[in-house]
Amino acid sequence: MVLARPEVATRRRAALRAGALRAGLMALPVAFFAVFFALPVAAIVGRGLRTEDGAWQAGRLVDVLGRPDIAGVLWFTTWQALASTALTLLVALPGAYVLARFDFPGKALLRAVVTVPFVLPTVVVGTAFLALLGRGGLLDEMWGVRLDTTVWAVLLAHVFFNYAVVVRTVGGLWAQLDPRQEEAARVLGASRLGAWRRVTLPALAPAVAAAALMVFLFTYTSFGIVQILGGPAYRTLEAEIYRQTAQLLDLRAAAVLTLVQFAAVGAILAVHARTVRRRETALKLVDPRSTARRPRGPGQWALLGGVLLTVLLLLLLPLGVLVERSFDGGLGYYRALQHVDAGGGTFLVPPVEAIGNSLEYAAAATAIAVLVGGLAAAALTRRAGRLVRGFDALLMLPLGVSAVTVGFGFLITLDEPPLDLRSSWLLVPLAQALVGVPFVVRTMLPVLRAVDARLREAAAVLGASPWRVWREVDLPLVGRALAVAAGFAFAVSLGEFGATVFIARPDNPTLPVAVARLLGRPGELNYGQAMALSTILMVVCAVALLLLERIRADRSGEL
Amino acid sequence: MLVLEDVTVRFGARAAVDAVSLEVADHEIVCVLGPSGSGKSTLLRVVAGLKPVDAGRVLLDGADQAGVPVHRRGVGLMFQDHQLFPQRDVAGNVAFGLRVRGASRKEQAARVAELLDLVGLPGAGGRAVAALSGGEQQRVALARALAPGPRLLMLDEPLGQLDRGLRERLVVELRQLFGRLGTTVLAVTHDQGEAFALADRVVVMRDGRIAQSGTPLQVWRRPASEFVARFLGFDNVVAATVTGAVADTVWGKVPVPAGTAQGAARLLVRPAGVRLGDPADGLRCTVEGRTFRGHHVAVRLRPESGPVLEAACPLRDAPGEGAVVGVTFAADEVVVLG
Amino acid sequence: MSTTKKIAVGTLAAALGVTTLTACGGGSDKASDSGTGSKTVTLVSHDSFNASPAVLKEFTKRTGYTVKVLKSGDAGEAVNKAILTKGAPQGDVFFGVDNTLLSRALDNGLFEPYEAKGLDRVPDTVRLDKDKHRVTPVDTGEICVNYDKKYFADKKLAPPQTFDDLAKPAYKDLLVVENPERSSPGLGFLLGTAAKYGDDGWQDYWKKLKANGVKVVDSWELAYNQEFSGSAGGRKAKGDRPLVVSYASSPPVEVLYSEPQPAEAPTGVSTGTCFQQTEFAGLLTGAKNAEGGKALIDFLIGKTFQEDMPLQMFVNPVVKDAKLPELFTKHGAEVAEPYTVAPEKIAEKRDGWIQTWSSLVLK
Repeated sequence: MVLARPEVATRRRAALRAGALRAGLMALPVAFFAVFFALPVAAIVGRGLRTEDGAWQAGRLVDVLGRPDIAGVLWFTTWQALASTALTLLVALPGAYVLARFDFPGKALLRAVVTVPFVLPTVVVGTAFLALLGRGGLLDEMWGVRLDTTVWAVLLAHVFFNYAVVVRTVGGLWAQLDPRQEEAARVLGASRLGAWRRVTLPALAPAVAAAALMVFLFTYTSFGIVQILGGPAYRTLEAEIYRQTAQLLDLRAAAVLTLVQFAAVGAILAVHARTVRRRETALKLVDPRSTARRPRGPGQWALLGGVLLTVLLLLLLPLGVLVERSFDGGLGYYRALQHVDAGGGTFLVPPVEAIGNSLEYAAAATAIAVLVGGLAAAALTRRAGRLVRGFDALLMLPLGVSAVTVGFGFLITLDEPPLDLRSSWLLVPLAQALVGVPFVVRTMLPVLRAVDARLREAAAVLGASPWRVWREVDLPLVGRALAVAAGFAFAVSLGEFGATVFIARPDNPTLPVAVARLLGRPGELNYGQAMALSTILMVVCAVALLLLERIRADRSGEL
Repeated sequence: MLVLEDVTVRFGARAAVDAVSLEVADHEIVCVLGPSGSGKSTLLRVVAGLKPVDAGRVLLDGADQAGVPVHRRGVGLMFQDHQLFPQRDVAGNVAFGLRVRGASRKEQAARVAELLDLVGLPGAGGRAVAALSGGEQQRVALARALAPGPRLLMLDEPLGQLDRGLRERLVVELRQLFGRLGTTVLAVTHDQGEAFALADRVVVMRDGRIAQSGTPLQVWRRPASEFVARFLGFDNVVAATVTGAVADTVWGKVPVPAGTAQGAARLLVRPAGVRLGDPADGLRCTVEGRTFRGHHVAVRLRPESGPVLEAACPLRDAPGEGAVVGVTFAADEVVVLG
Repeated sequence: MSTTKKIAVGTLAAALGVTTLTACGGGSDKASDSGTGSKTVTLVSHDSFNASPAVLKEFTKRTGYTVKVLKSGDAGEAVNKAILTKGAPQGDVFFGVDNTLLSRALDNGLFEPYEAKGLDRVPDTVRLDKDKHRVTPVDTGEICVNYDKKYFADKKLAPPQTFDDLAKPAYKDLLVVENPERSSPGLGFLLGTAAKYGDDGWQDYWKKLKANGVKVVDSWELAYNQEFSGSAGGRKAKGDRPLVVSYASSPPVEVLYSEPQPAEAPTGVSTGTCFQQTEFAGLLTGAKNAEGGKALIDFLIGKTFQEDMPLQMFVNPVVKDAKLPELFTKHGAEVAEPYTVAPEKIAEKRDGWIQTWSSLVLK
């Protein structure tokens, strides 16, 4: 072999430097996911699938999957997710259209309002739906119809949760489609419907598919809603994993089910990544502000009215019932929140302190999520490739893995210094950040990718170092997206319930935990305080989201 | 100033720049001319350090630039579509290079004012870049590239997106400006008019290699190859056999300049060398079309044999469409191609 | 596996420094102590654990140890987590394993033997591990049917008192119970019927209950706050079942959390339907602060803690010399002879019983 010529060596050095930069950016996200996700999950699954001496037992897979009750759980999980997804699309697509193409007063407020359910904890939503659909609920009062413990309650609650997913994903793209394309089709002789079918629908289809897959993912892994509203007859895979792990300590069955869910979620995410990629290519997008018009004619006004009515009945009414119940005793329940004990002692800390805890945890979780997610997004922008796309999808996996699996995994892995975090308060924000990171990446990545690479080059040629380029070019452009991402991560961790309850923690209850605990006690004051705390949580979320609407960048990602 | 030695850049198996050697002297304006895909933009990126070389060396002021990152090379690059920073105003853009070098606010302000004067936009510092016209953006981009005082200024299709009139005016302005400042310039363009008007020296590129290099006049007068000839817009190219002072072609006998090498060759007849006369004299041609070109008319001729011919003739002499003319050739407008 | 883990852990140690810095500063007090210092004793318990701050301070004053409490999910979850982390426990003392879960905990070797000081004041009937002293009883509570006083007064009907009563036609469609598979009072109630009617008799009893219109819901929250007509939440939700499986302590709590407090509890207890739950504490195997742990267990059965407990966790003290608060003596029910099942038997039969129950009642 010939000696390496000097230019070959320098080229190699340059490539190494670029590689080192990327590796440096990726190190923290990769380590974060390895230690706080992959390792705990692998450990708990390993416990279930290995014998005492460490041999793998593949046969256990067959044993568990062969059980009829497990087969029933799989069947129910799948069909309810399909039904929920179909129903959500049916209800939310008109909403997506109205928010994308119509201009009307209060639009920003409406957009924030429909997003509130998405970040609410399931305990609160479950309670709200019980108050609406259950005994003595509005439906019962007016028509004597009760839907609790029927699958309808579950489906409706799923629509309630995921309405925003469809409106934001599909509506976001719809607003940016150039209406002139449809006009061009009309001029070429297509009818109004024909033009929509041939021009708009194909452009929209990948976004609809992506939204549908996200809804499918969220409903497939539904836990709290099914626990509260489903009644004894209905159980999803996620609920079954919880039962097998936390209640029965049957780690074998839990491990098998975790793997099944992993496979299903992996498949969903793979398909999702494909549709997203298709959507990113080949669409000419315009400023969303330029496409919205005042509704014209009775048809459009009727559509707007219909959507507003749907939002009112499906989204606002359940929340309204909560608010109404929280004011049952005037301001009494709110005042009671400030006392350590309303006459005898329940809480070590007054519930109002839970608000402070929640805000602290959410702030810490947001900082972690923004740091980890921001680094991941920055690294993913630098190069597109199969590997990168794979990691992109991998970041979404925590959304599809049971919180109890992660929580129990923490217990058996994070037990050695320097990471004996099991009893640290930091574990809660860390777990919450696991859910927040995918949202940060999803929001930042499209914006970062949209930054023209030559703008960075222009800055470099003018003498800016790579760090300076990032600060001077990327940061100002993605600043708003960063704020949106942070806000979303904040709202999500504020309402996060699963990870928080499955982690042993010092007694700093968060809002959702406090609500759950209050609901777990007899007595009027406890119930009323639970409603009052839920209302406060709702308002905090709504305010956070409303602020986000104001700073929301035109081109930031879907969720 | 700038020396490229056998620089090669590959995209996969294809060499975008293939063993190119090139020198740019101090205060010289060199224009790389070539069709799109000829590798000329890649050349600029190599010099800027935005694209690593696969082989060869890049030297600036005698120093090998291997391993020197983009921001330490001290060159300026004006991008094709300017790439102004959208979130900064005009002054912010122009001052960028000074700011990252740590110039004081006062220095920055003075230099920005000076440069905006220079490019003909005095007092425009506070304007938003989105509100600028194409020509104004171009001027701001130029001011931005000049502000840090780069030792070499590179221009990528500097006038590509502007309309014709503006382009012709600006190119003259640019040449005057660079001459006054003594700037060393390496520009690339696909527009020969732009290249010839701007450059001290023109380098024609084809498929990653240098096809010809010389002063505008040299290149114009003696294209080195059929490719260069055709790229410059000359289409009267034909196969010939030279015997003495005459070449034998499908168009008949064509006189060649004295001292032309004997034997088979490719021959270019510049349109100005195609003389129209009575149908009885010379090659019989039918006029197929006329294109008004300002100071002359381009006449498209279909000869009885051989490929189509183009002739340039004064306005009043141009024959009408369908007319039959006789063509003769002037030896001093005939070029034997390499 | 373990080398990979160490590398990953090492990589993150540095990174985490950054994370901790960027995380909010407000939590610094919480991060200051991970519970291994010799002056801190860590108590692992379930979510229902509560004690007055004053009482915990009293412990510190007496022994010099500060108590740190880790709440680890509901009772079953907390025990299971303790089993998972055996050998590297999260704390020193575990409180909250009850007689339905006791065998699982003991069989897994969760606890070190320790004979608490003052154990002589605890009645023999609740000292279930009295030979080995691996666990110490701390409190008892009864799972009983509660009734809506107003409903039965309005209907001029005597409230049911025994299991047999519940199956009578007079109480058709009145009872709501929890799913024993998912709820601990539900399990207690099932165990109560098994204790009363025997291993082979309870199935017939449940067939009768089903024929008499018993309603099953998943959780105590749903049963008590939604279906039961006697509770504050249930009244609001227009619950229409005047009988619910809850706790003997529910009526006093119902009084405690009303404003203004009523002179009489709105609900009563069917004392012939009670299953006794006993909660234990034990010194965790591998505890880092065993001495502190022992002191804490002594304290848990001390008079101060025992008298604080009723209003904190709504349970009864186990020691004879502890006085019940007036609220309990006034509104609570005296359960003379609660039903109970030996922990070993529960461990052996529980899963089978639940399965049988499911196919009998839910299908």
